[in-house]
Amino acid sequence: MEIPYTDKARPDTGLYNAKVGIWLFLASEIMLFGALFSSYIMLRVGAAAGVWPAVKLAWPHHLLNVPIGTFNTAVLITSSVTVVMAWASLKMNNFRRFRMFMVITILCAFAFLGIKSYEYNEKFTHYELRLKDGKAMTGHLEVNGKHPGFWSPSDLWNLPRLTSSNVTEVKFVADPMEGHGGHANHEEMTVKVDEISHLDAFIPRNHTFFAIYFTITALHGLHVLGGALVLAYFTFPGAGMWKTNPEQFTNRIEVGGLFWHFVDLVWIFLFPVVYLL
Amino acid sequence: MAQTTTSKSGAHGVHAAHEAHHDHHELGFMSKYIFSSDHKVIGIQYGVTALIFLLFGFFLVGCMRWQLAYPGRAIPMIGGFLELLLGKDMAAGGIMQGDLYNAFGAMHGTIMVFLAIVPLAFGAFGNFVTPLQIGAPDMAFPRLNMASYHFYFFGGIVMFASFFIPGGAARSGWTSYSPLATTAQFGQAFNGQTAWLIGMVLLITSSLLGAVNFITTIIQLRTKGMSWMRMPFFVWAQFVTAFLLLLAFPPLEAAGILQLMDNVFHTSFFLPTGLVVNGAQLPVSGGGSPLLWQHLFWFLGHPEVYVLILPAMGIVSEVIANNTRKPLWGYKSMVYASICIGFLSFIVWAHHMYLTGMGTKISTFFQTTTMMISIPSVIILTALFISLWGGSIRFNTASLFALAFLPMFGIGGLTGLPLGFNASDIYLHDSYYVIGHFHYVVAPGTIFGLFAGIYFWYPKATGRFLNETLGKIHFWGSLVCMNLVFAPMFIQGFKGMSRRMYDGGATYFLETDPTALKLNIYITHSAIALGVFQLPFIWNFFASLFVGRKVTNDNPWDATTLDWATPTPPPHGNFLREPVVYRGPYEYSVPGAAKDFTPQNQPT
Repeated sequence: MEIPYTDKARPDTGLYNAKVGIWLFLASEIMLFGALFSSYIMLRVGAAAGVWPAVKLAWPHHLLNVPIGTFNTAVLITSSVTVVMAWASLKMNNFRRFRMFMVITILCAFAFLGIKSYEYNEKFTHYELRLKDGKAMTGHLEVNGKHPGFWSPSDLWNLPRLTSSNVTEVKFVADPMEGHGGHANHEEMTVKVDEISHLDAFIPRNHTFFAIYFTITALHGLHVLGGALVLAYFTFPGAGMWKTNPEQFTNRIEVGGLFWHFVDLVWIFLFPVVYLL
Repeated sequence: MAQTTTSKSGAHGVHAAHEAHHDHHELGFMSKYIFSSDHKVIGIQYGVTALIFLLFGFFLVGCMRWQLAYPGRAIPMIGGFLELLLGKDMAAGGIMQGDLYNAFGAMHGTIMVFLAIVPLAFGAFGNFVTPLQIGAPDMAFPRLNMASYHFYFFGGIVMFASFFIPGGAARSGWTSYSPLATTAQFGQAFNGQTAWLIGMVLLITSSLLGAVNFITTIIQLRTKGMSWMRMPFFVWAQFVTAFLLLLAFPPLEAAGILQLMDNVFHTSFFLPTGLVVNGAQLPVSGGGSPLLWQHLFWFLGHPEVYVLILPAMGIVSEVIANNTRKPLWGYKSMVYASICIGFLSFIVWAHHMYLTGMGTKISTFFQTTTMMISIPSVIILTALFISLWGGSIRFNTASLFALAFLPMFGIGGLTGLPLGFNASDIYLHDSYYVIGHFHYVVAPGTIFGLFAGIYFWYPKATGRFLNETLGKIHFWGSLVCMNLVFAPMFIQGFKGMSRRMYDGGATYFLETDPTALKLNIYITHSAIALGVFQLPFIWNFFASLFVGRKVTNDNPWDATTLDWATPTPPPHGNFLREPVVYRGPYEYSVPGAAKDFTPQNQPT
């Protein structure tokens, strides 16, 4: 006996196997991201006042680059449209158009990831500085004449590392503080290491906000990457099935597309939660 | 295609099956036994691996029991071996050290729940029996099924290997409460807890793949005539279980990821502000919530209890209907009750957290839902008890285990009520009473159900029976010893003995109430005896493959469900022709029928 309903729908459920499977899988994904969003809410609601002293806020917000985030949202929504167009092209028996739309989808996915890693880099090179006299600020750091980047962990600085590396002073370009009448002056200063009480980049361990931001977006990024690789497989090496079993191939694209929409949908929730609120 | 549906014996059966299925080419050893996508082989792989882990988990607790009965005395025979293997820090002079006790305790729970019982109940029986009972040729996604086993296997390897990394295995309880789980070995980049979390992520992935596969299979691959209310109760139990795994496990995966971040990248998801460990403030940002971990953990943890019990109820129902030669009493109410359990199990989790200070209003809510969920459980148990009424019961080993399941699970369930009330829980929480309670549910409850299933389906899987005499020794020995092990724990719990005491409460009870300490010794001896009574089973399980009485008929128990309508053992693809179902699952002793059983696929 062969396994039935791999390409045709079962009459009483109206679904083929993979479609039931992907919906169930998506249900579990909703529980996964739902748990993370719930954690976000619980951590934010429970945050004690002034834990992040640089801005005297319980929960740092408006730290992410909204225009870039908006652009990335548009990129992902575009890819969601093109993946449907690709599936529709197959239904209309037009393989060339299918491939074109899939390529656009995959390019969008990688554009999204590229932009996201640029944003990550921005955060990893952005520092929170607290001085022993109680002053606190955020800004960019220059150690030994170099601006540390993200791509190598050796670029990441904190107070213990400065001390152990015998660095005596660093340059710090502070961000314009809020409530200064809109003067967007970047104040550059030289700070002696023994005046510093705390120094850390905008990395997960710095604050629970960054911890949850990086965790959820990284997990989402992994979903984007995984989805893009599967769609790329269907577009190129796996496309031979179009010749042998077009119906099942179209189903595969539909199932892949459903996953892709889900990934998009997670971002639609994620964007306002971490960028805007 | 060969006409016969009755194959003669084990080895011949396989051979005949292959002849019957001649479009299917002969497979090599690797693709037949290691990388098989056949649900029956995967089921057996799950079963054997899970039984090995069951034994290993028992070994761990055996060592702990010795330490509880005779604190500070070297473990006979095994102690020196442990010292050799795990080092002086863990077992100096063969004496179990505190860290080792904690590691064994944490891993006993983890292994028993995630690597032994669930894989056996869901992975093994679910895989082997479910497609057969609904008349399907295989699972809906055979290769996912194979991947599911492989993820499980690697998860098991990671868990097992974690005993041998520097610092030993995870030691913060099977619940891995933060901040303890993060701070216990703080500063060690890769520690037992990290390994635990990686292992858990693998096991959760395995469960998810399995759950998606089971639900799809049951929805899509039911054969002609197999309507929802004609499905055997076992299939319903697996169906609800699969939903629990599908929806309850992801939050634990999320929690695992967050705790992994805490351990490896020093975030503070579960670490509160100002945490001081060993007299020094921890160099982390703080601002996290230990309560959050408990919520996420128990959101899985409670549905998990029903993941443990529902498949066993399913097995027991099949065995009881078959051996009382009567239909199940109240089949439909059992089905609806199990669906109710499924829904309610998602809103009872915080009854594990009454003592966390989450607030009395929340406690009251969860107390109410907890009392509600006992209703469907009682419905199922009552229906099974009433099913016995007026039956002419066959007392074979499978039947004995199934019958013993009923009162044993009953004790386990009823002793849970005082824990569900938040007033009485304040006293009983974290005491040996809790240990007694959930072990009654899982050990003489679920495990007895699983044993019943092994004795029941072994002839279908192998073509030979298990030995009945050895089976009865196994049963009676296990039944008596299980009770001698777990019943005294209720008394110790009432006396206030904490479940986490490394010396068995010696420091606490020596002056006030030495009888509680004597019980420790009795329990340990009973546990050793319980282990001895498993030997006949282990021998029986392997020896019967070669010397067991051969099955002469594809339906040796005169059963009604479709799993017995296949050749023995079932070939790849299961059925020789697509079965058609004409009736409900339990048509036993139908008045006027030719025999006392009418198979589901017998035309009207």
